[in-house]
Amino acid sequence: MLKLLANALLRGPVTEKAPDPDGEALAELARRLRGAAQARLGRSLSIREVDAGSCNGCELEIHALGNPVYDLERFGIRFVASPRHADVLLVTGPVTLNMAEALERTWRATPGPKWVVALGDCAIDGGCFAGSYAVAGGVDKILPVDLRIKGCPPRPAEILAGLLALLATAEGRR
Amino acid sequence: MDQPGSTLLQFFADQAATAVPAHRPWPRYELTEPGWRALRAALGANPSWELLDLWAEPGLVHAALRDGDTGAVAVATLGCPGGAYPALGGARPGAIRMERAARDLYGLDAADAEDRRGWIDHGRWPSGGDHAKPPYRFLPVEGESLHVVPVGPVHAGIIEPGHFRFTASGETVVRLEERLGYVHKGTEGLMAGRTPREAARLASRVSGDSAVAHSLAFALAVENALGIEAPPRARWLRALMAELERVANHLGDVGAICNDVSFALLHAECGVLREQVLRAADAAFGHRLMMDRVVPGGIARDIDPDALPAVAALVEALRARVPYLMQIYDAKSSIQDRTVTTGIVPLALVRLFAAGGFVGRAAGRDFDARRHHPYAPYDALTFEVPTLREGDVNARLWIRVREIGQSLDLIDQILEALPDGPIAVDLPPGAGEGASMVEGFRGEVFCSVRIGEDGAILRARPRDPSWLQWPLLEAAIKDNIIADFPVCNKSFNCSYSGQDL
Repeated sequence: MLKLLANALLRGPVTEKAPDPDGEALAELARRLRGAAQARLGRSLSIREVDAGSCNGCELEIHALGNPVYDLERFGIRFVASPRHADVLLVTGPVTLNMAEALERTWRATPGPKWVVALGDCAIDGGCFAGSYAVAGGVDKILPVDLRIKGCPPRPAEILAGLLALLATAEGRR
Repeated sequence: MDQPGSTLLQFFADQAATAVPAHRPWPRYELTEPGWRALRAALGANPSWELLDLWAEPGLVHAALRDGDTGAVAVATLGCPGGAYPALGGARPGAIRMERAARDLYGLDAADAEDRRGWIDHGRWPSGGDHAKPPYRFLPVEGESLHVVPVGPVHAGIIEPGHFRFTASGETVVRLEERLGYVHKGTEGLMAGRTPREAARLASRVSGDSAVAHSLAFALAVENALGIEAPPRARWLRALMAELERVANHLGDVGAICNDVSFALLHAECGVLREQVLRAADAAFGHRLMMDRVVPGGIARDIDPDALPAVAALVEALRARVPYLMQIYDAKSSIQDRTVTTGIVPLALVRLFAAGGFVGRAAGRDFDARRHHPYAPYDALTFEVPTLREGDVNARLWIRVREIGQSLDLIDQILEALPDGPIAVDLPPGAGEGASMVEGFRGEVFCSVRIGEDGAILRARPRDPSWLQWPLLEAAIKDNIIADFPVCNKSFNCSYSGQDL
């Protein structure tokens, strides 16, 4: 193990350069927040992830953000266990009717100011599960959505670009 | 009546059951109600018969069975004009949740079942009726100094939703009761009425980590139903995708198991390796999880020839790196203290439930669909199916590690002998029905498909291996401490979406 640690020191980190914040996402956020977002969050965002019905594909790519290649925490963005500690709800999946109440209660448990990010095509409009008797549809059927990140599932770099846009907006830089 | 030691196919012959014409590759028999009762008795008399699946459609219930001695597979069907059928859950407890789901989704009642609670239906769907569902009744807990810890459906981590109810005495778990169904999306219902090509998109999303396994099982079932085969090149590339998926998932879970015992280093290292596999998959097939690449009739796109060296280099890199990382695992008593003898599943339970994948193999159940029901190209490839007997977290981890090694060998063989030629054939018109079994990373996916004269799906049933593994997690955590639940859970890594559908 010492060899591994020594090599890691010599080789330098595997972490890659951050993508630019998603321009389209910035524009969407600017529209929604209309400059009202304050720089009250400092340089950090705490995210509570909620799977409201996904196939788990989106979760796999959100997980990848935590690996050393993307290293999400270097930006001050971290995933928290409780909605009470969260600034952002990151919601995946078409919202199933069996999860709608749990999602809504998680949102109510999140203190303001708070943002909701719909991650993945299913979370945006139900995706390929739209129209099912068991599905409410996209996240905006249940909660006000501030940012949408497209993809099935979106690649980690795309998720990162979206979250960086949120961070930039929340800091009031735009 | 029932003959101990008789074979599964002999049973159907004795029943003079009607074989449905052209159900491929395994026969499907229509039983009468006395025949179904005889099947239940025969299951009791023949412990080696395995229940693979139980599912319904309007007025019909089906059970897929496998004779563990001969390897024969057959599907039994019972018409239920009265809306009820004799339960099989008493003979094979793996059927209990399937029967509860069949009642929720198709209104067919497993008449003499002990557990009559709902499973998938949480009383939230527009039912059309005005009967409110009674609140769900968890199993009663009685006794002094017991406390109950309810967890979920929204969990603390980035995982799928489900409800776990722990009853503990001090730190020790006396009982875990799972309640699932939260991510039920009506996937089977959405597949019906679509063409196989359209429905393949849903098959890819039954469980995102098994996109290849489920889309492959669905494609094979459709091809069996229509009596066609995908071209050789497609079959070999499907296997390449399936092995990449297996390696990626095993790496992710090995790292996550180490993370759950607070050994962050291996979690980070495995995370980097998993990322490399997903990038190779992306370069080769244009999608990190390889969704929508396997389609009925073949594959949707050929491998990018420029990516072939990258895949070969990845295999070489992993072959050196994984054993090195496992040396670290092996040398740390602080990890093994948490994984060895934790979450034991005994072989008897694994056999009773016919639990597949590393859950079964870690406890000594030697079954792998690639070996026992080979589909091309696995009949032409050399590989071993590792098994262990301990059945604990450590054994499940080691099975995965050894399977990574086997998959790397398989990828080598596939790259070496990859045939040229077309990658897909058109689907012929017309009706048909068939089934398939595909070894996913988690275990065997069993898929059953019936297609109508107009070429649309009448009924598609993808059975994720999790159906037969979730109940064993309840057994694994018993007498362990609550704090060991995450590592036990991760060593199973059952699919919520694959079970809830």
